[in-house]
Amino acid sequence: MRPLRVAKDKTARYLMLGIAVFTILLLLVIGLSLFFKALPIMREKNLWVLLTSANWKPFKGDFGFLPFILSTFYVSLIAIIIALPFSILTSIYLNSYASKNVRRLFEPVVDLLSGIPPIIYGVWGTLTIVPLIANKIAPKFVEFSTGYTVLAGGVVLAVMIIPLLISIMVEVFRSIPKEMIDASLSMGATKWQTVKKVILRKSVSGIIAATVLALSRAFGETMAVLMVCGNITQIPHSVFDACYPLPALIANNYGEMLSMPNYESALMFSAFLLFIIVVLFNGLSRFTLNQIERRYQF
Amino acid sequence: MKFLEEKIFKVIMICAAMIILGVLVYIIATVFYRGLPALTLDMITKLPGGGFYLGKEGGVLNAIVGSLYIILGSLTIAIVISVPLVMYINFYLPARSIFSSLIRFSLDILFGIPSIVYGAFGFALMIFLGIRASLLGGILTVAMLIMPIMMRSFDEITRLLSRDLPDALLSLGSTKYEMVKVILRQLMPGLVTAVLLAIGRGIGDAATVLFTAGYTDNIPASLNQPAATLPLSIFFQLGSPVEEVQNRAYASAIILTVIILILSFAARYFSSKFSKHKI
Repeated sequence: MRPLRVAKDKTARYLMLGIAVFTILLLLVIGLSLFFKALPIMREKNLWVLLTSANWKPFKGDFGFLPFILSTFYVSLIAIIIALPFSILTSIYLNSYASKNVRRLFEPVVDLLSGIPPIIYGVWGTLTIVPLIANKIAPKFVEFSTGYTVLAGGVVLAVMIIPLLISIMVEVFRSIPKEMIDASLSMGATKWQTVKKVILRKSVSGIIAATVLALSRAFGETMAVLMVCGNITQIPHSVFDACYPLPALIANNYGEMLSMPNYESALMFSAFLLFIIVVLFNGLSRFTLNQIERRYQF
Repeated sequence: MKFLEEKIFKVIMICAAMIILGVLVYIIATVFYRGLPALTLDMITKLPGGGFYLGKEGGVLNAIVGSLYIILGSLTIAIVISVPLVMYINFYLPARSIFSSLIRFSLDILFGIPSIVYGAFGFALMIFLGIRASLLGGILTVAMLIMPIMMRSFDEITRLLSRDLPDALLSLGSTKYEMVKVILRQLMPGLVTAVLLAIGRGIGDAATVLFTAGYTDNIPASLNQPAATLPLSIFFQLGSPVEEVQNRAYASAIILTVIILILSFAARYFSSKFSKHKI
């Protein structure tokens, strides 16, 4: 009987090993296939020109990605600027001040916010944020704005990344040794002083890592941003201009691309660009966060 | 002075937390407020009729069933791959081995890849395999999207399991494979939580299915036919200039939100059930 049991165990082990290797390879396969799909356009045009030219005329064969890259960057930047203070304050509150009941109330809130599909955020944005900007906020600064703007994209995106920021930051704050906090409190420091001088100072690297992670999430967000940011190919000059981020470019043009030479390759190039940036950002911040977790585990 | 500062900041923090809570309520309230008037039984029991997108009668049953098919298919693939992988990292590889941290690291990165990139890759893969935009394409792409989500959350729960049970099983002479079969039974609530999370993410994502699943007014009868999905249905209805159709988009948004709410609370229920039995 024994050989059969052992054989079963061995088969299972090799199957599992296969799956594990497949998972690691999947990342490589995605990267490589996007790269090869993007190769035609990178061969034809100078990479530097692709990235820094603002000239986007696919019909004439001009592919300058600068408007899209800048749009992505601006929208994500606004999102981070709005989301960061809220997330830091809320995580500190949940970590050091809130009673157990409040914490228990907030867990599903964060879960739900991160579970709501992008399309619902988009619907919400078009119904509330866009008219708010068009009718109330923009008229105070500029003559006319449709409301479908960089700012609208940033606000909607901010709400979407807040749950990610909070859940990571709460983990980071929790990893600070309790002795350190107790020492500070017993020296007569108030809670806020402890937060300021011990907790925040100790978690700088964690907060930065969380920010980078949230930023990379923001770069790739598609549907919600697409629905509120206007989708006009231009370099946005103010937060009340429409913009056109990279993911929206891919999503809007994919169906009709095959008729134009290099158009498919250009879209794949933007997907490849997103992939590289996200993998880089993700890798760096995950590495930092793992380091933090390990440092305080023992 | 320092007590004043303490008080001020406490108020600011409570405000920040309240605003976040308020935004969640605001989002759900907005969707319900705009969608409820258009939400009829027809919406969830009928296919789009002729002229549906001009305001004539019909419902979004095609999208509901399409989303269901895609999520069931991709879930099957994801479970078949995730469960053995998580068992492998946790019970076959030595604790803290380089290989297992490499796998976890690549899962973290796969988790972070935007769904539009999965969509683009899925489309490239489909061209390579010669598949048109279809139910099958959607299933494969969504499976890639939800796999890392499932693996990570299942892994997190599995790591919490006490080592006593595996050790006891091994000392009784079972092989690792037999041990895993027993442990999986213990981990069932955790697996359910992971599955529910994955469903929530998979069913709501539009960017992955945009080019891979296509869109249709009918219910797909085979894997080669295109399939409609709920998020895309909302998106297309919103694009209509007819007000009635837009209102239906909000009603469809309610359907999607309710599905997500139910999934989220069910996940919470199962994970709390799991922690109760934790040794």
